[in-house]
Amino acid sequence: MKSLDRKLLRDLWSLKTQVVSIALVIACGIGGFIGSISTYTSLLWTRQHYYDTARFAHVFATAKRAPASLEQKFQAIPGASEVETRVVQDAQLSIPGVVPPMIARLIGSDFTHLPGMNRLTLKSGRWPAPGAKGEVVVNQRFLEARSLRLGQHINVLLNGKLERLTLVGTVLTPEYIYATRGGGMPDDEWFAVLWVDAQSLAAAFNMEGAFNSVLLRLQRGASPEAAAEALDRLLEPYGGFGAVGRADQVSDKILSQEISQQKIFGTVLPAIFLLVAAFILNVVLHRQVNAQRAEIAALKALGYPDRDIAVHYLKFASVIVLLGAVTGVWLGNWLGTAMTGLYTEVFHFPEYHYRVEPWQILAGAGAALAAAFGGALAAIRGVVRLRAAEALRPPAPAEFRPLFIERLGYAGLLTPAQRMIMRNLERKPLRAAITVAGIAGSVAILISGTFWTDAINWFMDVQFNRVQRAQVNVGFAEPVSHDALWELARLPGVKQAEVMRAIPVRLRAGHRSYRTAINGVADDAVLLRILDAELRESKPAPGGVLLTTRLAERLGVAPGDEVVAELLEGKRVKAGLRVSGTVRELAGMNAWMRLEDLNRFAREGAMVSVAGLLVDRAQEPVLLERLKQMPAAAVVIVNRTLVDTFRETSAKNILFFTAVLSAFAATIAVGVVYNNARIQLAERAWELASLRVLGFTRGEVSVLLLGELGLEIAAAIPLGFLAGFWLAVLLLALMPHEMVEFPLVILPPTYLYAGAVVVAAGVVSALIVRNRIDNLDLVGVLKTRE
Amino acid sequence: MSAPVFTARALTKIYRMGEAEVHALRGVDLEIRAGEFIVLLGPSGSGKSTLLNILGGLDTPTTGDVHFLEHQLTGAGEAELTRYRREHVGFVFQFYNLIPSLTTRENVELVTDIAAAPMRAAEALAWVGLAERLDHFPSQLSGGEQQRVAIARAIAKRPQVLLCDEPTGALDYETGKLVLEVIAKINAELGTTAMVITHNAAISGMADRVLRLGNGRIVGEEKPARKLTPAEISW
Repeated sequence: MKSLDRKLLRDLWSLKTQVVSIALVIACGIGGFIGSISTYTSLLWTRQHYYDTARFAHVFATAKRAPASLEQKFQAIPGASEVETRVVQDAQLSIPGVVPPMIARLIGSDFTHLPGMNRLTLKSGRWPAPGAKGEVVVNQRFLEARSLRLGQHINVLLNGKLERLTLVGTVLTPEYIYATRGGGMPDDEWFAVLWVDAQSLAAAFNMEGAFNSVLLRLQRGASPEAAAEALDRLLEPYGGFGAVGRADQVSDKILSQEISQQKIFGTVLPAIFLLVAAFILNVVLHRQVNAQRAEIAALKALGYPDRDIAVHYLKFASVIVLLGAVTGVWLGNWLGTAMTGLYTEVFHFPEYHYRVEPWQILAGAGAALAAAFGGALAAIRGVVRLRAAEALRPPAPAEFRPLFIERLGYAGLLTPAQRMIMRNLERKPLRAAITVAGIAGSVAILISGTFWTDAINWFMDVQFNRVQRAQVNVGFAEPVSHDALWELARLPGVKQAEVMRAIPVRLRAGHRSYRTAINGVADDAVLLRILDAELRESKPAPGGVLLTTRLAERLGVAPGDEVVAELLEGKRVKAGLRVSGTVRELAGMNAWMRLEDLNRFAREGAMVSVAGLLVDRAQEPVLLERLKQMPAAAVVIVNRTLVDTFRETSAKNILFFTAVLSAFAATIAVGVVYNNARIQLAERAWELASLRVLGFTRGEVSVLLLGELGLEIAAAIPLGFLAGFWLAVLLLALMPHEMVEFPLVILPPTYLYAGAVVVAAGVVSALIVRNRIDNLDLVGVLKTRE
Repeated sequence: MSAPVFTARALTKIYRMGEAEVHALRGVDLEIRAGEFIVLLGPSGSGKSTLLNILGGLDTPTTGDVHFLEHQLTGAGEAELTRYRREHVGFVFQFYNLIPSLTTRENVELVTDIAAAPMRAAEALAWVGLAERLDHFPSQLSGGEQQRVAIARAIAKRPQVLLCDEPTGALDYETGKLVLEVIAKINAELGTTAMVITHNAAISGMADRVLRLGNGRIVGEEKPARKLTPAEISW
């Protein structure tokens, strides 16, 4: 080993705590990056692989009832390579002991033939035996969420008749990677997908020789939009509800949204980590090189070329980065595996291919190395430029000047100790600024990573306490007369009932279109309110349609413009509607009209299709039992169950991400504060030891050094609050927000928590340094010059 | 004769330098009386700095016993020694050890702020002839001026003893004499006991008593017949 390399090893060893603290910051940056980005690429790959092997359909359409003969016409659609028709029906599901009603989606299947698309993967049990009545397979997640066993019976209300079905197997399907009754919330406990014998299902719903669901696979390069249009035209006479491509298929849409969120988390936050790591590395190497002026001069005097000296210090930086990178790759792998675990609880794939790509490691480590070399080179350039003789002399004595506030005449306000602290800060403003920026960075990371709890809680509060104030929602299988309101109001436990009409619609404006529903609400509705992000209530104007701002933007329309509404129900009216206004709702892509206006537009009488109920909690079980026995009430949703399931799922995720981010932010804070304290201590050991000789206590001397850090932390925290706020704004702006718009809500406890973590990191750093202050060499300073 | 300020009995000090043991003091007995001006002479490694450090409460002996007035210094804890230095001892160092971020006045105030009955900073600086340079930073002062600030800082708390380790070591002849004059004046007019370490034998003419150290022992003690003023000595 060359002696210069031996020096390298000893330097590294003597600075081991600092080396480790910086390597950890780098590890957080690289680990965060690799963990998030690999989860992102793995999710993408896994989804693609699953879609390909299970032959997931490209276009999906539903209708009321279409004849089987229509299938031949679908084959002729340009670009279509395969067609499959089937019967799909939603029905009430009940399991003994579960009071709130559940929904089963029944899909008719021929178990003797492998379907051409949306192939099922059998996870446990067996396929229903041919001809065996009442045997079904269920989506695996429902079985798990409800803790059911194979062989167990469940009851389903088939067209008014209670049928007993036997669960014989569990399956996965690309169609329900994310299973939900329709909202964007995890719904495994309340929503089952059951594959039942096609003929029995058709018989139960009078669908023999007919279908109500079409799947289409397309040739490579064929346009899903064009195929959807063609399907719509063909299905129009049969009550088509509008065809959609994969991008608008519920499960894929939610999955895509989650994947793009993952991409943003995987790039924005790790970028900040790497930036802070670069900052610290820069400062430490700068100081390290400057502290070794005399040694560098000696090396130069001995004839070492500048290049060798530069390489020596770059090696120093490389070792730290390498340590950080190795730890970071390990951390990233752990983080990715853990995040994958969280995802697979919500998204159900038959197999999950988690993999860290080599380019991800190279990109993370490369960025850290570039940052480290940037810092080291700047310092090396300064020292190497010195002539040997010049470098052998100690640097010129530090020059100080009165503080800004003293120049203003407020000198008397400060004690000498305070002046020392302030003047040190003023003399090296850049270093103080970098320290403050580093600490503020970790505060900001904490805030931007943990404010989601506030935002989501606020969102849930708005949606379930202010917008939808009904506790139980009832959806009717077919539109019913307005008089149903009186019938509902008389049910046990109902304190207040309100009805509305929802009609599926395709809205068009020019070449743009969107499939949604127009909701008709009564003028005096109080259980369902239209609120914008600032909680201001809107009402649809007479004769017009009120659109969610996001929907208006998607259609490219503004108030006063006209949209063409093609109703997909009843008389299938197709006519223009004036956009009376837009409303920035937090969730959904909604169209609102007055109930009377909508019914008039649909050329129907006083019809309603949805009811919201305010109920007496004590009588809720009785009410739910009564609703289960009402054939017209096809869907009954207890909002509380939705919120509870959501909270359970998200609580685990939130806890995980908060813990990881807190650990990362604390690492950064310790990295910044501790290294800064060590550098300061090295530079001022002589001065501080002199003060100890003069009779200053350890505590008093510590205050001089740590007071400066305290001030820096105090300055950094409010700046970090500000930076965290704007980072949250940035993250929210980058988030996909087609379905929901998360509000920027950051509550005081979130700020407080971020500040507390950083203060704690500062205290820990201070305690480590304090130990060194206590052991200053008092005798040495009397004999040596600074 | 006045009471002894310091009494030391059989002081030894052994440093461990890795494998080797260094015997810095090998049994020193000593008595210093209030108001005395003591010069410690001796070559490098003779133990004079070790002795001064132990008397000043910066270091503790390996064996032996030291008293400052009624306080026993041997066996005192770190906090006690710190309080001892703070209340009773004024230090002057070879390299001044001023705080670069504080002005002349503030360097002195650093000590007066924590002392029990200090003189005003301006008064201390007047003593060393620097009444005019109160608001200068160390980087704006010459070496001799910096050392005078260090002396002012040392005496401002009205210490019983002034311990000076090579106070003129880093200074030129003229400046060095000026600094010695200040120390002599403080000793004479304030009655502060002064101990000065030096390599410079000429300075011993100013002393009441000269202690010669060699190889960790006191090898000689002289009492000059007539105490010279700094103006009278030369080297």
